[in-house]
Amino acid sequence: MQSLEITNLNVSIGGQPILKDFSLNIPKGEIHALMGPNGTGKSTLAKVIAGHEDYEVTSGEILLNGESILGNEPDEISLAGLFLAFQYPLEIPGVSIANFIRAAKQARLPENESINAVEYYKELYDKMDALKIDRKFTARSLNEGFSGGEKKRCEVLQMSMLEPEYCLMDETDSGLDIDALRIVADGVNLMRSQERGFLIITHYQRLLDYIVPDVVHVMYDGKIVHSGDAELAKELETKGYDWVKDSFVSSTAQ
Amino acid sequence: MSESIINEQEEAIKVDYEKGNFSFPEDYTYDAGTGLSEETVAYISKVKNEDEWIKEFRLKALEIFNKKPMPTHWASKDLENIIFENIRYYLSKGQKPSRTWDEVPDDVKETFERLGIPEQERKFLAGVEAQFDSEAAYSRMKEDLEKEGVIFVGSSEGLEKYPEIFRPYFGKVIPSADNKFSALNSAVFSGGSFIYVPKGVKLKQPLQAYFRINAENFGQFERTLIIADEGAEITYMEGCTAPKFETATLHSAVVELVALKNAKIQYITVQNWSNNVFNLVTKRAHAEENAEVKWIDCNIGSRLTMKYPGVVLKGRKARGEVLSIALANDGQHQDTGAKMIHLADETTSNIISKSISIGKGRSTYRGQVHMPKHLKNCKNNTECDALLINTNSRTDTYPAITTRGEGNTVQHEASVSKVSAEQIFYMMQRGLSEGEAMSLAVNGFVNDLLKAFPMEYSVELKRLIDMEMEGSVG
Repeated sequence: MQSLEITNLNVSIGGQPILKDFSLNIPKGEIHALMGPNGTGKSTLAKVIAGHEDYEVTSGEILLNGESILGNEPDEISLAGLFLAFQYPLEIPGVSIANFIRAAKQARLPENESINAVEYYKELYDKMDALKIDRKFTARSLNEGFSGGEKKRCEVLQMSMLEPEYCLMDETDSGLDIDALRIVADGVNLMRSQERGFLIITHYQRLLDYIVPDVVHVMYDGKIVHSGDAELAKELETKGYDWVKDSFVSSTAQ
Repeated sequence: MSESIINEQEEAIKVDYEKGNFSFPEDYTYDAGTGLSEETVAYISKVKNEDEWIKEFRLKALEIFNKKPMPTHWASKDLENIIFENIRYYLSKGQKPSRTWDEVPDDVKETFERLGIPEQERKFLAGVEAQFDSEAAYSRMKEDLEKEGVIFVGSSEGLEKYPEIFRPYFGKVIPSADNKFSALNSAVFSGGSFIYVPKGVKLKQPLQAYFRINAENFGQFERTLIIADEGAEITYMEGCTAPKFETATLHSAVVELVALKNAKIQYITVQNWSNNVFNLVTKRAHAEENAEVKWIDCNIGSRLTMKYPGVVLKGRKARGEVLSIALANDGQHQDTGAKMIHLADETTSNIISKSISIGKGRSTYRGQVHMPKHLKNCKNNTECDALLINTNSRTDTYPAITTRGEGNTVQHEASVSKVSAEQIFYMMQRGLSEGEAMSLAVNGFVNDLLKAFPMEYSVELKRLIDMEMEGSVG
């Protein structure tokens, strides 16, 4: 039961079906990679799991450790242990990184408890150091004026501070240069644990050189058409998505 | 002029005014009854045992008030809903302000205790005046300030005991005829603070006044005059609340500040009126050579607030500043702004205004910056930012800037932003509730301005904003 389990999920937006009988099971302790061409529904999947209200779930089920989270508010899903690292993190003017993460951590405590400021800053600084984020960033407004790479590192910082049970990472590698990619990957690898499951959504194989997945899924037109081990990502890189279309989509259609 | 109106239906917003929403049964010795006439004015003057010239001043003002039309050609038509005949213009228990809280009548004392005034006094204030309806119930300043010659009294006592100090400036910064409501205040004024800070005396802690309306249909018309003599420095803070009555209440104050050469005055207002108070206040300062006047103005609550604190920069190198935050919730209109009148060379002014409109709340910014042709090297900076919370919230900006002359510069920036659904989703994904996310976004919006406020007030303001944002999501 310790898993993020998605079964026969059908999702549409404005009457247009995006996810079609999508199923995926991520047990704790595993890293799954989800690859596929643009517009195939990867980001939709991430947002639907996180509880975004713009999508219409027509059927299917999403279970977090055996409990349905479909229809729950985004904050409830977050507190239940799910974190989404956004493809395009939002800018929140005037709210510092330190205050934002602190508020998010506070939301995880019982009402009569408050965060120990000294311990909090120690943890924050340690984790910022690990992600090579300048400590001066704590006072900056969340994501405001950040470069693409800074935003992504800030997402991983939040993820490591909030210690979720399940991490969804939506194209965290896009916009990262090779050094930043390595730093982000190190951050994720440090979090890798038997107590935690990952879904890494990516376009390219290069992130998976640093974060070696247990399972790789290939998504096409709203569903997973093929799964394999880490080697699949490399095969995909050399053969391209046309190979997926030719080898798996037509065969499943028959 | 830029205008942005977005109109869509969204769920209404609940407001929590619980902290100030209580009142005690009425028990007054002096009551001028309802309605406004020469008799009302004469009654007030008699109760106060005033000199003849003050009575004449009042009657003259009443004449002006009766003649002046409502400014509805440019301001909200809602002003027409003020029924002057239904208002009670003077209510008091007929006692002098006490110097200890023990001597204050129980109901009044309890009112201020619930509002936390005695506690704040102990913590960080140099002096407090607490006004209950028409008159101050408590007034006290630290003894060492008295020894230095600082005067901190009510308006009646100021005019009676220190006419040589206050009379030359009284009604000079804001003449009775300035506008309809300054005329009204001049006719029926009662209470408020008259403060004089002698040459070179610098107050380290703020003086505070707290204005409380307790009675229904009551109009509060306090009058404040602060004079900072050469090189003097003072921070004055005022807070205001009223319980929520069925009928509209009127608050119409006049505040005059005089900063003489090299003096500094900082005037801070945090009002949290219940949402049926008409709050129509005239505030203006004179700044002489190298003097500095800073208005910090936070407008939360009320049905309609119209307030444009101004600084007349009369002396070379005088500086004026208005920092304001307005929060308009459902059914409220915050019509606020600033005026900077440059009358000398090398004068500088700065206006930063932030407004937040929630639900069907509406906020309006009106600014006036005046720099005549003959002046040199004057500067103004104006920034006005509006934040809309819901799609049916509204904001308008009306800046009026006249600049002529060489080397004078004016900089004006305005922005309108919205808290987007995606921002809220992002914050909620981190575990914050929708209300917490909204609150954080609003606090973020005013954050850089809050840093300019004294600590105690920025904490209080944050609390008020959080309270307003609770349940403000639909």
